[in-house]
Amino acid sequence: MRRLLNTLYVTMPDAYLACDGENVLIKAQDEIKFRIPVHNLEGIVCFGFAGASPKLMYLCCERGVALSFLTGYGKFMGRVTGNVSGNVLLRRTQYRWSDDNNTAVRLSRRFIAAKIMNSRAVLHRVLRDHPEAVDQDSLRRAIQLLAGMPKRLEQAKDGDAVRGIEGEAARLYFTHFNELLLSQKDDFQIADRNRRPPTDRMNALLSFLYTLLTHESVAALESVGLDPQVGFLHRDRPGRPSLALDIMEELRPHFADRLAVTLVNRNQISAKGFVIKENGTVLMDDDTRKAVLTAWQKRKQEEIVHPYLEIKIPLGLIPYVQAMLLARYMRGDLEDYPPFFWK
Amino acid sequence: MAIYSEDDFLMLSGIQHMAFCERQWALIHIEQVWSENVRTVEGKHLHERTDDPFEDESRKTLRVVRAMPLVSHTLGLRGIADVVEFYQSKEYEAGKVCRLEDRTGWWRPAPVEYKRGRPKRDDRDAVQLCAQAMALEEMMQVSVVSGFLFYGQTKHRESIAIDATLRQHTVALTQRMHQLFREGITPKAKKGKHCSQCSLVEQCQPYWMTQHRSVEAYLARMCCVEEEDR
Repeated sequence: MRRLLNTLYVTMPDAYLACDGENVLIKAQDEIKFRIPVHNLEGIVCFGFAGASPKLMYLCCERGVALSFLTGYGKFMGRVTGNVSGNVLLRRTQYRWSDDNNTAVRLSRRFIAAKIMNSRAVLHRVLRDHPEAVDQDSLRRAIQLLAGMPKRLEQAKDGDAVRGIEGEAARLYFTHFNELLLSQKDDFQIADRNRRPPTDRMNALLSFLYTLLTHESVAALESVGLDPQVGFLHRDRPGRPSLALDIMEELRPHFADRLAVTLVNRNQISAKGFVIKENGTVLMDDDTRKAVLTAWQKRKQEEIVHPYLEIKIPLGLIPYVQAMLLARYMRGDLEDYPPFFWK
Repeated sequence: MAIYSEDDFLMLSGIQHMAFCERQWALIHIEQVWSENVRTVEGKHLHERTDDPFEDESRKTLRVVRAMPLVSHTLGLRGIADVVEFYQSKEYEAGKVCRLEDRTGWWRPAPVEYKRGRPKRDDRDAVQLCAQAMALEEMMQVSVVSGFLFYGQTKHRESIAIDATLRQHTVALTQRMHQLFREGITPKAKKGKHCSQCSLVEQCQPYWMTQHRSVEAYLARMCCVEEEDR
């Protein structure tokens, strides 16, 4: 299996990125703060940055290191990439399939079936581990309803039908999301899922984690030669990485939602680490963002057995594996796409 | 034999990948997955050993030309020879020697390919040399009877005869390269001994490819939850 390399997250607002031979340097006030060989890196993500040298961008392009720029709040701004690479024939297949309703719906069902089952698994886990702390009846009902949805999904004939079931599942899931909180319950209550802008702490946290996941999904798709912008469930929209959002669906519950809950339950972040603006919108402060990034990096190193391949791999490689499996399906090596299920 | 147009030219250096494993060649040249890494590394080594194409070494009876661009319309390949050596011939030998500009006498060309490692059991390095020889022949209207493979690890050069058997194999491999490229198909993996020394084994994943699991059964298993589990 491919080696999981590090992603370098740059959060210092006055950081300047440069390179020295094969090394990536982080400078601040003309002083070298950090140095890492480029071959140890998979990506560099800058949050609110001062600058990067063209030579460093060149090095990143040459080595296939994804260099992304985000605002201090985690909104994606842009990315430096080299030539469009990969197999143009594969991308042609992707475009044809995206235009073909039957294929697009079939793939959409796979992404969403896995998302629903994974959401269900998240709720199921808290019911199993902490039955005394939750509203058992209500949770059990939700879990049962979610478990029945993949079957209904199979009947969906078009994208709208799939999105309809997806929306229903998401509402059901987020309605019960607060049950997952075992500590700091009041501070991290979620009213409903909203993101632009987030109006409570949990939404701010989730949005940030989804941004990180998007970055990794885009890089994974590009590394196997697929076009992250042309999706099956998410429609084309300039600037939107639709395919990345598609394959993210199945990853969100385990990668982002569970991590958010864990951070709160273990008191690794606290209510004080969020700024609530006069109009009610919520932002994370620097220390909280750092704590989340550290936890995210650590989580990626955890090993799990991939449910389809049945081999042990670090969690951080899952987006890459799913991208590869999707490419395999398009190339005809596989008869269908096996999404990621977490059990 | 077919005459290829410039548009259809493939990388000459790819023939060594082809001789090693069809799928490896296809992953690099059709899929282009990670090829930039391979090429970056290859390019680095190439530069280390071939210096500057504008600086040729000359002695009385030998001329050493570095980084010489090559094309063959009959093979449909293009590439760069690390080194081509021209040996002065005492006498004219029909079809084996050529003229060089600014030089008197007759000269016999021989390609030299530099390899980092050590001599291989198979002929993957020899076919690359042979393709270079055939391109030289086409470009200079001369026949090349032998060339050299220099191995970095043994620091030794081997003389390779460009004979009929090697030429046949080179042509066959080239035709297969063009066929695969036309069809745009990456051949399925065949697990073999060579997989352990393949630099692309991580991208190829011969193990997943050969022990196939049914996706349908997987989906059914994953979407079905036991009653008590609900």
